[in-house]
Amino acid sequence: MNGDAVPPSLRVVRLSKRYGALRALDGLDLSIAPGEFVALLGPNGAGKSTLFQLLTALFVADAGVIEVDGVSLAQRPSAALARIGVVFQQPTLDLDTDALANLRFHARLHGLGHAGLQRAPVLLAELGLSEQAARPCRLLSGGNRRKVELARALLTQPRLLLMDEPTVGLDPLSRRQLLDSVRRRCADDGLAVLWATHLVDEAEAADRVLVLHRGRCRAEGSPAAIVAAQQAPDLQSAFVALTREPAPGRAEEADA
Amino acid sequence: MRAGHAAQALFAICQREVRRFVQQRSRLLSALVRPTLWLAVFAAGFQNVFGMSVVEPYDRFVTYQEYVAPGLLGMVLLFNGMQSSLAMVYDREMGMMRLLLTAPLPRVYLLACKLLAGTVLSMLQAYAFLAVCAWFGVGLPWGGWLSALPALLLCGLMLGALGLLLAATIRQLENFAGAMNFVIFPMFFLSSALYPLWKLQESGATWVWWLARFNPFTHAVELIRYALYGRLNGEALTVVAAATLLFFIAAALGFDPQRGLVRLRRQAG
Repeated sequence: MNGDAVPPSLRVVRLSKRYGALRALDGLDLSIAPGEFVALLGPNGAGKSTLFQLLTALFVADAGVIEVDGVSLAQRPSAALARIGVVFQQPTLDLDTDALANLRFHARLHGLGHAGLQRAPVLLAELGLSEQAARPCRLLSGGNRRKVELARALLTQPRLLLMDEPTVGLDPLSRRQLLDSVRRRCADDGLAVLWATHLVDEAEAADRVLVLHRGRCRAEGSPAAIVAAQQAPDLQSAFVALTREPAPGRAEEADA
Repeated sequence: MRAGHAAQALFAICQREVRRFVQQRSRLLSALVRPTLWLAVFAAGFQNVFGMSVVEPYDRFVTYQEYVAPGLLGMVLLFNGMQSSLAMVYDREMGMMRLLLTAPLPRVYLLACKLLAGTVLSMLQAYAFLAVCAWFGVGLPWGGWLSALPALLLCGLMLGALGLLLAATIRQLENFAGAMNFVIFPMFFLSSALYPLWKLQESGATWVWWLARFNPFTHAVELIRYALYGRLNGEALTVVAAATLLFFIAAALGFDPQRGLVRLRRQAG
């Protein structure tokens, strides 16, 4: 899928970030092909959110390269950001207004014009939110709020979807529905997804898993390959084994 | 940055600010009650205490109410600048700033949109207060409603930019009340809003006079005062324009991810 003509949807090379004395990310390499669903599996403090903050240009990396769909984030930040859809770990909905207004605000912020405004109710309907579209977001359940955020992230028709622990606080059914919605987009639209989580069952649904621990990649491959490499009975055991000990060569605690 | 995209984003940000303002009905009321109390109670009480000599920009004797009206217009702008800043800190806590700053537009432009949106609200409130002044029979010239527009706009931008700078430096909502006390009250009282500067000098309060001379809010009030009578105060215009630029540049640096004065709440993970 990652042929000569088609650049990877995300390419990260030797990415590093420090916060004072803390090394949050330490030379991370990552590549995601179009249509690929990659789970970024790591315990709390692994550096997942730091990676997302760098990928969304909220912070600037100390070293390394980030390319989205072949566009350098450092050199052409607006063009790169226009290719990314994000669902942040922290909810980012305007709770005082309804789902449709939240999406329309986003459409204008991204300069999508009339087409974007028209796409908003269609996307909400696709995610089963037609009846909730006109209700203030404050009155929506946690699961539906997340779906609104997903619809908003998809509104810009991104090449890369970043999901930063999107299922935190959701019940098992809502988690499954959200995961299924995103998987469908991957398969149908060729959307590349980076899904950060510390929940192993979510990672098991991924094409590829990258285990992040203390700012470094500890293992990468399909869930089955990681289990086999660790000679573990399942991914949960492999994950525990990979993140039990400090990464080599690290004197300080990573990330906050 | 495409012009169409820039216009859409500016519209969206302004529309959101106005909608929130309209939704918070008490906000307009409190924005008007504050200066109205000063006008109706404080100024009425001191009407016979403070005699206003015929000094520029006045060509006749003016009542104390008429003297204090531009200062109270400045107060409206000052409070709204701080209110916009508070809304930004709230947005940051609620994650909305994160969404805004990851839009595919230059960060400086997004901040300028925020500033303009806040200034639109300042204008609405300033003109509502001008109506209150007219209702109280303050006697400001009607032509001043139009001639003061550019001055009100520039002063609204300056105080909005100051609010932006505060939002860039204040980390948490809880710290905001304290910071506002250190900005609003000194700025307002150490200015020509309530009394002409020469009165301070005359009364021997030299250090207060000096501080008031360097206070950009003094120049904002004087710019509005002169403009209300169709006159231009060049010194005030220069100071206000320079302060606007300075505050905005400092705020933009504060929101620069490279410099990272702003700490968007870091998450675990």
